[in-house]
Amino acid sequence: MSALGRVVRAGVGRRRVQTVVMVLTTLMAVTASVLAAGLLVAARAPFDRAFAARHGAHLTGRFDAAKVTAAQLTATADAPGVTASAGPFLTLSVRPRTASRSDFVPAGVDLPPLTVVGRSEPGGPVDEIDLVEGVWPTEPGQIVLADGAAPLQPGTRFTLPDAPGSPTLTVVGIARSVTGTADAWVTPAQAEALAEALTEPTTDETSSTAPSYTSSSSPAPSYTYSMSYRFRQAATDAHITLDRAAIAAAVPRGALTGARSYLTVKQEETANAMAFVPFLAAFGVLGLCLSVLVIGIVVGGAVGSATRRIGILKSLGFTPAQVVRAYVGQALVPAAVGCVLGVVLGNVLAVPVLAEVGEAFGASAGALPVWVSAAVPLAALALVAAAALVPALRAGRLRTVEAIAVGSVPRTAAGPGTGRGRPVRRALRRLPLPRVVALGLAHPLARPARAATLAGAVGFGAVSVTFAVGLALTLGAVQEGRMLDAAAPVVVETGGGQGPPGAEVVPAEGPDGGGGDRAKADPEAVSALLRAREGTGRFYGTTQAQVAASGITGTTTVVAYEGDSAWGAPELVSGDWLDGRPGEAVVTSRFLKAAGIRVGETVTLTEEGRRATVRIVGEAFFTEGQGMLLLTSTATLTELGLGADARPARFHVQTEPGTDPARYLDSVNREFDAAGLGAFARTGTDGSSSVIVAMDALIGMLTLMLVVVAGLGVLNTVVLDTRDRVHDLGVFKTLGMTPRQTVTMVLTSVAGIGLLAGLAAVPAGIALHRAVTPLMGDAIGMTLPATDLAVHDGPVLALLALGGLVIAVAGALLPAGWAARTGTATALRTE
Amino acid sequence: MATTTPTDPTPAVPPTTPIIDIHEVSRAYGGEGPPALDGVSLRVRAGEAVSVIGPSGSGKSTLLNLIAGLDRPTSGGVTVDGVRVDTLSEAGSARYRRAKVGMVFQFFNLLDDLTVADNVLLPAQLAGMAKAEARRRAASLLEYLGIDRHSAAYPGRLSGGERQRVAVARALMNRPPLLLADEPTGALDTASGEDVRELLTELNADGQTIVLVTHDLGLAESCAQRTVELVDGRIVRDVVRAAAPRATAVRR
Repeated sequence: MSALGRVVRAGVGRRRVQTVVMVLTTLMAVTASVLAAGLLVAARAPFDRAFAARHGAHLTGRFDAAKVTAAQLTATADAPGVTASAGPFLTLSVRPRTASRSDFVPAGVDLPPLTVVGRSEPGGPVDEIDLVEGVWPTEPGQIVLADGAAPLQPGTRFTLPDAPGSPTLTVVGIARSVTGTADAWVTPAQAEALAEALTEPTTDETSSTAPSYTSSSSPAPSYTYSMSYRFRQAATDAHITLDRAAIAAAVPRGALTGARSYLTVKQEETANAMAFVPFLAAFGVLGLCLSVLVIGIVVGGAVGSATRRIGILKSLGFTPAQVVRAYVGQALVPAAVGCVLGVVLGNVLAVPVLAEVGEAFGASAGALPVWVSAAVPLAALALVAAAALVPALRAGRLRTVEAIAVGSVPRTAAGPGTGRGRPVRRALRRLPLPRVVALGLAHPLARPARAATLAGAVGFGAVSVTFAVGLALTLGAVQEGRMLDAAAPVVVETGGGQGPPGAEVVPAEGPDGGGGDRAKADPEAVSALLRAREGTGRFYGTTQAQVAASGITGTTTVVAYEGDSAWGAPELVSGDWLDGRPGEAVVTSRFLKAAGIRVGETVTLTEEGRRATVRIVGEAFFTEGQGMLLLTSTATLTELGLGADARPARFHVQTEPGTDPARYLDSVNREFDAAGLGAFARTGTDGSSSVIVAMDALIGMLTLMLVVVAGLGVLNTVVLDTRDRVHDLGVFKTLGMTPRQTVTMVLTSVAGIGLLAGLAAVPAGIALHRAVTPLMGDAIGMTLPATDLAVHDGPVLALLALGGLVIAVAGALLPAGWAARTGTATALRTE
Repeated sequence: MATTTPTDPTPAVPPTTPIIDIHEVSRAYGGEGPPALDGVSLRVRAGEAVSVIGPSGSGKSTLLNLIAGLDRPTSGGVTVDGVRVDTLSEAGSARYRRAKVGMVFQFFNLLDDLTVADNVLLPAQLAGMAKAEARRRAASLLEYLGIDRHSAAYPGRLSGGERQRVAVARALMNRPPLLLADEPTGALDTASGEDVRELLTELNADGQTIVLVTHDLGLAESCAQRTVELVDGRIVRDVVRAAAPRATAVRR
């Protein structure tokens, strides 16, 4: 090994604490940065690959079959900007019920509605369907399900009880559309037959080439058309808006009832992974800043405390450049170890997140791009080298004769920094405080540069804590508010209502094991019983229905409220909550964006030919049903002619204060049984999101690492300071300073700085939180409510204000103990 | 010019009883080298001034550190003013030094970022002495030692002799029965060294027990009635002269 290598190795080995600090700080910074940069790139990759391979549709349009003909739609292929198109496809919504068992789903189970498209083949110029399993339907009675649309295996049969004669379809395959254009596909002939079966034909409609139908109350047919398009320019939302306008202009006014952008699909599919990116990027930047600071402190301290060593090296023939390289090398070696570990940890932590994204497109879990794993550590090492270079250059410039003289003669009368800030230090010493406290508080003024670096380390730690606490509280609020009706501790099921979106409603087992129609408890009777029941505070009812909504492709789940539901309403971003009147609705920002509307505008709901127009009165935040639920009053469903389905299927109850929930449930269920109502009460579910739990865990880990690094930065600074002051400490001890007083003095020497740095860091941490959390909301296509962002309230702020003090004191504890234990005689000999 | 000392030494033991009792003390620092002290026994009476001389490495400073409770013997016992020093805890040693010992060093060991007055006040503040009393005591000491005009100055602005006077004032602040001086003139010019010599003589004349470690035989003889010579960690000579020299006054 070269002389330089030996010097570097000796320096690294000699300074174990500093080496560990440098490894940890780069580990943390590189882990967060690799994760952030990697997820930003890799999370979108499976979608982009699948989209390119399958010629995904930039826009999928849904058209009102009463207003446009198939020929007119075919002509939209020539609309401005369109480069390819597929369709028109006859599209309809069906409500299946299983007719044979499939895995855990028995026969007789009502499934959520399916959007079925008539399509002759999976291939084509746009939206090529990927057949995952089985075969493509070639004859009537066959259907291919979209992967994940229903829990049924090929070979399963289901009926359509809403259609006359309950036609039966057999699942022959499972397929996947990259932009999710349908839940199932049948042959065009089968689609036409189903459309015919679902509604009565009329004779007055002549505009469509396909069968035309209308209900007795509305001329709307039971089916729509869908078209898939690719455009010349479709990279941004603005492009897609223009493209959509071009299509809308190419068909009769109002014919385009809904459209789905591939950017929306992409955002939905990658939302969970992309939501990690903003806060990981923030932690990465914090980590890199702290790395630069800590490494500057460490190398600066190494140079400052090894002046004599540098002199000896130079006297032995080391050139200034070699000295510079030696000190930069002492920082780069541990930093490189931290980088390698950080890259490994970042890649490992990315696996579960990327697996979820890959699964959505049937791809493998994937991995972070190699170039990210190479570029991030290289950038970190460059920063480290730059941070180390400044003090290393100082070492290189030291004059040999002066450097080698350090330590071989007694200290000069004026030690380092002894003349600085004297008036303030004297004023501090005059404070009515114990002498050791006053000495400690005054000490940082003697070494302002060192005090500044210590304040920087504490500040970054405190910013991280403030930021992380804010994130955790916001995520907690999101976790609490993401599911609808989470405020109700008790839920009463009437037994016959529709389940939540995607859930199977399993009827009671009949003698044949296949189940039968389920009796629905009378909501009025349930409501009356709850009202009379002791311990009931307040309650409201809800029910759900799947209807078509203008501007939205596929069916939309409507959650309808009855009664005073304001106390259980989701957090509002803007506007108002429902006031119980028909014609009002509340949706999320994701819904608004998908429908291309704003609060105050209207959405037309359609159910089997009936229409109801609702005005969006408020924008709420919730993620249940992918945030695509439309919340309205039961009166709206009545207007849609849903009859009994418009009555509450579920009651959300808040018990009176002091009521034991378990006892309340028992007694209510007993009363339901006694009254023969067939309803049952259960506790409300919190529906914890595993993504939020994973985020919390990651935030906790990164914050802990940052705080540890900040604390170690403090430790390193105090160690350097203690070494510089060891002689003074010896003098103090000679004069009778006890170990406890020594510890107190050392701790108070950092406490003042820690407190001030912490106080300054709190607003910075809050500002960072306010900047990053909306970006996380944007990543999932949601606007977070202001109440979820304003989480740093009084008690939290008071605790956070002490964060800097805690970090500083915790970091100084060890060296304070060392200072207290240093032998007085040894200290006095140390010059 | 002050003619009386404010040191008011009030030994806890009668003048004839030993204030320092070192019994068979050895101190080894590990390794295979000879011990710094090897079976040393020494008794010093209250009011006595003892100079410890010897070549470099003879164990003088080790002996002083053991008496001050800054170090612990490998074997043997050290008792000062009735306190068994070698068995004290760290905190106990600190309290012992506050109450029983004042120390003066070759390089003064003043705290450069404290004023003269603050340096002198420090032992009293650490000991919890009432503020007013401490200020009175410090002012009195500074005046007695002729450096009261420098009380607001920082040590870096003083001459070597003046700094050593500050160190002596600080050492006497808590009225310790024992003053330990380690090469107190070693870093001073001749005039300043003479100044300090006279100061120590005066203090001893007023009853202050002093143990003085020095290479300077002249200083040893002029300040102390008794001279102990150490060679290779052992006492090779212990000479008591008939009469102690007396200083006529404290010089400024």
